[in-house]
Amino acid sequence: MSSEVRFITKNFGKYDPMSIDSYLSIGGFSALKRAVTMDGEDIASLVGRAKVKGRGGAAYDMGRKWSQARAVKGDHKLQICNADEGEPCTFKDREIIKNDPFNLIEGMIIGGYTVKAQDGYLYMREEYRHLRPLLQNAIRQAEERGFLGDNILGVEGFNYHIHLYSGAGAYVCGEGTALIRSSEGKAGRPRMKPPFIKVSGAFALPTCVNNVESFAIVPHLLLDDAGFYMSYGGGESVGTKLVSVGGNVRNPGVFEIPFGTTVREIIYGLAQGIPSGHALRLIQFGGASGKITDGRILDVPYTYDDLKKAGVTVGSGAILVIDARTSVLDFLRMNQAFFSHESCGQCTPCREGNLHQKLLLEKLARGEATSEDVAMMKKIGKIMSLSSLCGLGETAQSALLSAMEVFPDTFAVGGAK
Amino acid sequence: MEMVHLKINNIPVEAPKGTKIIEAAKSININIPHLCYHPDQRVKARCRLCSVEVKGKAKLLAACSTEVWEGMEVFTDTQIVRDTQVGILQLIMADHNANCLTCARNGHCELQELCTRFNVLDPHLPDVCKYPKANNTNPSLVRDPSKCVKCGRCIRACKDVQGIEALTFANRSDNIIVTTPYNLSMEKTDCTLCGQCSLVCPTGAIVEKDDTQQVLDALQDPDKHVIVQTAPAIRVSLGDAFGLEPGAIATGQMVTALRMLGFDKVFDTNFAADLTIMEEGAELIHRLKNDGVFPMLTSCSPGWINFIEKHYPELLPHLSTAKSPMSMFGAIAKTYYAKQTGIPLDRIVTVSIMPCTAKKFEASRPEMGRDGRRDVDVVLTTRELIKLIKYVGLSFDNLQESEFDSPLGTGSGAGAIFGTTGGVMEAALRTVYEKLTGQEAQPLEFEAVRGFETIKEATVIIGDTPVKVAIVHTLASARQMMERIKAGDCDYTFIEIMACPGGCIGGGGQPIGTTNATRLKRMAALYKLDQNLPLRKSHENPDIIKLYKDFLGEPLSDQSHALLHTHYHAVHKMYEFSTEAKVK
Amino acid sequence: MSNEPHAAFTLSEGLKREIDAVMDAHDHDATQIVGILLDVQDAIEQQYVPEPVAFYIAETLPVKVSIIYDCLTFYSALSDKPRAKYPVQVCRSVVCKVNESDSLLSTLKKLLNIDVGEVTYDGRFTLEEVPCFGACDKAPAVRINGQVYGPLDRPEKVQALLAEFM
Repeated sequence: MSSEVRFITKNFGKYDPMSIDSYLSIGGFSALKRAVTMDGEDIASLVGRAKVKGRGGAAYDMGRKWSQARAVKGDHKLQICNADEGEPCTFKDREIIKNDPFNLIEGMIIGGYTVKAQDGYLYMREEYRHLRPLLQNAIRQAEERGFLGDNILGVEGFNYHIHLYSGAGAYVCGEGTALIRSSEGKAGRPRMKPPFIKVSGAFALPTCVNNVESFAIVPHLLLDDAGFYMSYGGGESVGTKLVSVGGNVRNPGVFEIPFGTTVREIIYGLAQGIPSGHALRLIQFGGASGKITDGRILDVPYTYDDLKKAGVTVGSGAILVIDARTSVLDFLRMNQAFFSHESCGQCTPCREGNLHQKLLLEKLARGEATSEDVAMMKKIGKIMSLSSLCGLGETAQSALLSAMEVFPDTFAVGGAK
Repeated sequence: MEMVHLKINNIPVEAPKGTKIIEAAKSININIPHLCYHPDQRVKARCRLCSVEVKGKAKLLAACSTEVWEGMEVFTDTQIVRDTQVGILQLIMADHNANCLTCARNGHCELQELCTRFNVLDPHLPDVCKYPKANNTNPSLVRDPSKCVKCGRCIRACKDVQGIEALTFANRSDNIIVTTPYNLSMEKTDCTLCGQCSLVCPTGAIVEKDDTQQVLDALQDPDKHVIVQTAPAIRVSLGDAFGLEPGAIATGQMVTALRMLGFDKVFDTNFAADLTIMEEGAELIHRLKNDGVFPMLTSCSPGWINFIEKHYPELLPHLSTAKSPMSMFGAIAKTYYAKQTGIPLDRIVTVSIMPCTAKKFEASRPEMGRDGRRDVDVVLTTRELIKLIKYVGLSFDNLQESEFDSPLGTGSGAGAIFGTTGGVMEAALRTVYEKLTGQEAQPLEFEAVRGFETIKEATVIIGDTPVKVAIVHTLASARQMMERIKAGDCDYTFIEIMACPGGCIGGGGQPIGTTNATRLKRMAALYKLDQNLPLRKSHENPDIIKLYKDFLGEPLSDQSHALLHTHYHAVHKMYEFSTEAKVK
Repeated sequence: MSNEPHAAFTLSEGLKREIDAVMDAHDHDATQIVGILLDVQDAIEQQYVPEPVAFYIAETLPVKVSIIYDCLTFYSALSDKPRAKYPVQVCRSVVCKVNESDSLLSTLKKLLNIDVGEVTYDGRFTLEEVPCFGACDKAPAVRINGQVYGPLDRPEKVQALLAEFM
């Protein structure tokens, strides 16, 4: 029943990731060669037809994003590859960089061609520092062979350079404007929008930001004459997706699944289920900023729409499985501790809210919370979701607010003191 | 101008495209609560207090950062907006050192006003303030991070207006603070003590160092003869705190108030401004005739002096050796005045009322005194004078007007306009023109040197020689000018530089609430004062003429040099690597 | 004054040259300050950026020292305070926690005889709690100077790992 497919990951293990010759021997850069014979708009619509949605977490229509970025006027435009994979329990981009760095580079170059950007910033989290040499090598070799640089593949005026930038341990830098601030040489505190990144991003230039997995799909899509990708899934969720499964499972890892695979198939098939003797407590989808639910979700197909109907989201593609050894409250405290550490601290709701939520959850765990405290928790959660400056504060309370609905017993306390 | 039509609380509003919701609401007299928003600053959208509902949007939008659009429907007063705004205020208060009754900003704190407005009596949250401490060892400014709401206004003033960046955010999450690098004390940073940070802070997190008690004590001491001088900019800004219109001229009430406070003599810094023109003008003429260093730079703004000493010491020879009007006044008071009145120096206390926090440092410089005595004993900012007036319970706006005392109380119109950017230049030109040509400049107003642009330039024909001058305010612009001088791309003869936006009228010691709009009104008021005075040229000030006749001799005399001139020094930074510095 | 504990750091000519080399490698580009600081920190035995080093970079790059200080205190991979030659970073996110990272941490504390934030007597090790570094398939995991080790689900494995740095 549960089987992995190989589309995005088809090159994994097939070549030496330190060698461009090895990559070329399996057909590397043929997608780029095809791309430069096409009109950029056609590439954007190809991506659009495949219904690729941003794989970082926001799930924005990638074809549309590229088409819009292409239309933005500007002599100098930028592209950013967001490799700041910071959502806990998410490590799919790590696998792409580790196993298939050249494909990522190729995807970025095609992106540059499509949106007419001259520079690509590859912003990778510091935690993946050990993978830096792979990317440095891939960039250098691609430059040496003329896949990066000026007049790429002899196409007059097709100039594209990739610059490798490092994060330094800040989850918030996964947020677009924070990532941009960080790559401009500042602390990565998000800024308000507008101005929107696509018009005024890094160095105030038009900028298009995509996730590693999003870029990695593109070369394969361009060469997918047989329509392999489109044969999977349906509706708004076409093709395949990398999911990172972790927590209390016997076989944690990254799996490429066709959209429509059930959650049960992923957790009990691919990840081989929960260690024996323990029951499922909860599942968190999409990273620490994702919502949680319980076993009721197991037979739901993993698609954007079905998960949404079931009250959760795809997000970063993380699936965190927690068994009964951990209580919902302990889970929430750990999750809250993450945000209390990672808030950038500049906007009031997120800075102060995360602090008080941490204290309130601790109070609840000590058995000292009153119904007023629970009401306050809900109120702060709502204020944070409604009025925070960026997505971090907006989603920091997803787990808590969803827990209040799915696990009301956790919050059942006596009346006011 | 393209106009956009929207509704705010169902009221139709028309606003130019690009207007933010907060400004559109203001146009129909709705004040959306805010802390980080400041009309003169870049949008920060951090405090989120201005969150409002916009039809069709799931999230609330920040009114300070969201531009209005055609057909937009804004609601500033729904249940969800109130809950959010009050909730955010409660979150702020739980992390605030709310010792309001003993706070310097008690009564004019923006956070306090919001708490009053929303009736936030109890945050219903535990006190989570970490009571962080700052290193306060400078004579001008006091930081109290436990009052900080992390709005970032001070950082923007320091960076965007002054180009200094002595203040920064540090840490993140609930540990975030506004601080100096490595929490160093201000004098070890690039800070110039200009105090613009204290002017924009919504709370008491950065305030002037309070020296009012020293003055109150001196005034109560029967042995002391306490004299006060008031800077040109004070008379057009003091009224702000007492319900007068911004830019109201309150010279007479100010003098009365100072007398009622108990000062023995109330004198005018404008007098010393005229004296400065005599010396600085003579120095300019001397440099012109002796092939001196050009451009010559003015030296009356202490924030600017701190800046050049710290950042461009190699350009110090360009600086006029003339002391500032305040320090010239102090030197004259402790010599000429003491001699004339026969009051022993031990009994004389000189107080100056300045729009400036850096003046507190200037007065403490060893150059500004002799025989172990300071020329100016205490410097109070405009804000501290406001406190004193309130302390003794004066109804300022009802006070009778009165005149400055003699002999150090007469100032010309040229001295009056020292308080604004362009004023020192215009005052100097009036005198230098006449000294060089023997004729009065016609017209007396040098319109080309007036205005609010941060770098202005003009060419003045003196006799038949064109003289190029420039007028600079804000330190960010001063830095640009210094770079041009270093690059040799600068053929000005004379440059006026003031650290604060607008000059002293916008100084860091001015009343809270000073904005560029109020600066412009004060500027207009100073020009009006000048216009209405019969005496408009420094060298025609009869008290100045008498001072030279009786005491100084002539400008640049030995006596003048000993009392009215000084030399400035390079300030060594904590770390100096410059010999090895690689410049890309 | 403010920083007695580490004000004593002296910036040697040798280190200056190393820092210059790092800045050269980053084209003296101030927008790469985060990368520069990471590399400089690597070159300093106790894995931090002392005050004189920050001022040196500020003056030579050039960039405002306030930006350096903001970055040092904002990014958790950078430090303005001395750490150790081998900072042992223990993941404290949910995935590692539900895979017994508590007992991993207590084993480390016992073996090194230090608490979180403390430095061993010889200055070699310090213990740090960090959020998820994306090694959830190796939980519970630690990270030492950029390398990931895991799963460290038995005390013997922890002991063997530390022995590598002895």
